[in-house]
Amino acid sequence: MTAPSKNYLAEIPMGAPDAILGIAENFKKCTDPHKVNVCVGAYRDENGKPWILPSVREAEKMLMDDPSENKEYASISGDAVFVEQAIKFAYGQQVDLDKIAAVQTLSGTGACRIGGEFLGKFYPVKKIYIPDPTWGNHISIFENCGLEVVRYRYYSRATNGLDLKGMVEDIKAAPDGSIVLLHACAHNPTGCDPSHEQWKVISDLIKEKNLQVFFDSAYQGFASGDAEADGFALRYFVSEGHNVMLAQSFAKNFGLYGERCGTLSFVTQSADEKERVLSQVKRIIRPMYSSPPVHGSSIVRKVLTNDKLTKQYYEECAFMANRIASMRNLLVEELKKAGSTHDWSHITSQIGMFAYTGMNSDMCDKLTLEYSIFLTRDGRISLAGLNEKNVAYVAKAIHSVTDGKSITTTE
Amino acid sequence: MSKAFVTQLSRKFKTPPSSCYKYARSISHWRQYEMGPPDPIVGLNEAFALDTSPNKVNVGVGAYRGDDGLPFVLPCVREAEQVNIQNIELDHEYLGIVGDTTFVRLAVEFAYGKDSHILTEGRVAGVQTISGTGGLRVFGEFLKKGGHNEIYVPNPTWGNHIPIMKNAGLEVKKYRYYNPAISSLEFDNMINDLKIIPPGSVVLLHACAHNPTGMDPTKEQWQEISKVMKDGKLIPFFDCAYQGFASGNAPEDAFAIRMFVEDGHQLATVQSFSKNFGLYGQRVGALSIVTADEDEAKKVLSQMKMAIRPMYSNPPKHGAQLVKTILSDERLSMDFINQCADMAKRINEMRIKLRTALEEGGDRNWEHITKQIGMFAYSGLTKEEVTALRDDHSIYCTLDGRISMAGVTSRNVDYIADAIKEVTKK
Repeated sequence: MTAPSKNYLAEIPMGAPDAILGIAENFKKCTDPHKVNVCVGAYRDENGKPWILPSVREAEKMLMDDPSENKEYASISGDAVFVEQAIKFAYGQQVDLDKIAAVQTLSGTGACRIGGEFLGKFYPVKKIYIPDPTWGNHISIFENCGLEVVRYRYYSRATNGLDLKGMVEDIKAAPDGSIVLLHACAHNPTGCDPSHEQWKVISDLIKEKNLQVFFDSAYQGFASGDAEADGFALRYFVSEGHNVMLAQSFAKNFGLYGERCGTLSFVTQSADEKERVLSQVKRIIRPMYSSPPVHGSSIVRKVLTNDKLTKQYYEECAFMANRIASMRNLLVEELKKAGSTHDWSHITSQIGMFAYTGMNSDMCDKLTLEYSIFLTRDGRISLAGLNEKNVAYVAKAIHSVTDGKSITTTE
Repeated sequence: MSKAFVTQLSRKFKTPPSSCYKYARSISHWRQYEMGPPDPIVGLNEAFALDTSPNKVNVGVGAYRGDDGLPFVLPCVREAEQVNIQNIELDHEYLGIVGDTTFVRLAVEFAYGKDSHILTEGRVAGVQTISGTGGLRVFGEFLKKGGHNEIYVPNPTWGNHIPIMKNAGLEVKKYRYYNPAISSLEFDNMINDLKIIPPGSVVLLHACAHNPTGMDPTKEQWQEISKVMKDGKLIPFFDCAYQGFASGNAPEDAFAIRMFVEDGHQLATVQSFSKNFGLYGQRVGALSIVTADEDEAKKVLSQMKMAIRPMYSNPPKHGAQLVKTILSDERLSMDFINQCADMAKRINEMRIKLRTALEEGGDRNWEHITKQIGMFAYSGLTKEEVTALRDDHSIYCTLDGRISMAGVTSRNVDYIADAIKEVTKK
């Protein structure tokens, strides 16, 4: 087999820029003093600045001053104490750890990739059903795992709400045993979650079809401000007997974004099955990055094994969620003040970091070009980027690009 | 968490009592999966941890230990940590896909030399990676996307190279490198094997302190390798995990890389900062590719990003920040050089001690122990002898007889030597 010609690099085309991170780069370069970043999903305080949770800061100081903490390799599956705490955080303190196969991962992306590779390697049905829309990177991740990505209807742009009928139809049409990805809470990008009753319907249907459930949980605690409440869907499915997989991220709820802290877990039938699954997951991790980075996980471990810090953390997380919620209300108020007559109630009924405004790509481009407001072209805005100083400006801008036009599509 | 505290929390957040969660399991999708084999290197640590012998010695994983046998955090790293935590500019925000660009610049300067013309010409496309493993995997995926189907590695090589490249979709082929019968490089065979590799192929080379053998080519041999590869239009890919740690002199350890750059190769380099900076679990590394010009560098960078984003989005911040703080400060850099050299010095002392103890009252030649360089000694022990070392003496090393010299201390060196003499008795 002959290798490519000498200067193989010369043949290489420019790769497509990442939609979300590319826009963040453009924001950085923009010199307009009014610029607003409502693109990347990272929390900002009322001054538009990144916020390190005080409980996280304190945990970091404790780690630094502790002589027993070092920089040694974690095992392939990561920091065991961290993983245990993370699993309890997600599934509830009473979870049967003996049956949960869990590993530390490179945040949510890493968990999706490892989980996807596992499925691509071992699972007989190579089809994964993901909601339309979903986080952009999901598609790329799972395609790289050799899975066929199929969309199920999820959000109706006609009603700016959940399209349960479409979702049920599309899931019914999936081959039995397919994989189905569900956002555990605070759906990204729509912020539109099923109600408890709707989750029940979805669960029953999935059971009927014997689908393999893969939950992506990136906003637990951050969605409603109540970490236990945000765990409803995952815990309900587990109690209903689904052997779920879970990708868990601590990027947003602990503000640990760049430290890449997360877990991947499988609900299994027995301790023996747990060990076998773990052994295979480790074989996927080792040739990808050997072992995970320990700084972020050490912080989470420190917080969640310390009663005082845990209490403090829950309060700080609720604080972030409350500021976001208040921005939702404020934005709608300001839109009305600016003279908009559209029905913006979806902005206040949606949950989590993002609002799926209903603006189309032309409107979004205008917002960016004329007002230096940086958002993704699907009309998704990150509410964390809003604060009392800029919300009126953003509202006026949104009004001007949507005035006289529709923010819903007819179907 | 304490039970009382959990009750307190559930009352606050109105969680239903745990009894309402019933575990009616549906049939598991995982029931038919077999147990995977344990990782040969990392699996050792697990076995070692379970061993109850008071004399147990871990000379398996390549992580440095002080003479007290304990993990060692470089003082310059501790200091950088203190500096960083006071710095309010530093936060936990996402890095870009390529990582911390200042760190990347410092990393490639560390490898290629600050004044290297490829840097000043903007021809190097570099990204921060999840240490060496992560960099290798990203490069493998990058190659596969670019139409490569295979990669050449030395025989032997670090065990994980093979599954990394296989998982990236590349077939792994080997060129002859080390002959255990003569405990040395089989250089002529190596050159002959390189000569028949198809043009345009990627050939992995260990920049210094070859893992597992510790045998590096001499400067003259490197010159010949470079020429053969240039004539054969082969692409050198350096795995550089021990720069500074091998000889104690970082620029010296980068000799081969820098010479190849001067010879005009469009090489690639993956760097790990695990051993030299002692940052193991922080997963700090960099991957760089030398391209024809700035334009090409941009394109190559974009393709590396396409491999990274669906794998882990962006790299971990903390460790890279520590290296950045150290390498961008003259005094801290000096401290690092000295502390790294101290580690290399202790390793070399242990080599001498071990060889002396082995040759005392024995009839075997253990010259290779001091001829080799870096973290590992390729002892020449057979699988059976290694197993006996483990079972009878609680000394843990990999089945290929690779001993991590960092695990050898003045307290255990005689015990190790005696045990080796015991298991190798004919």
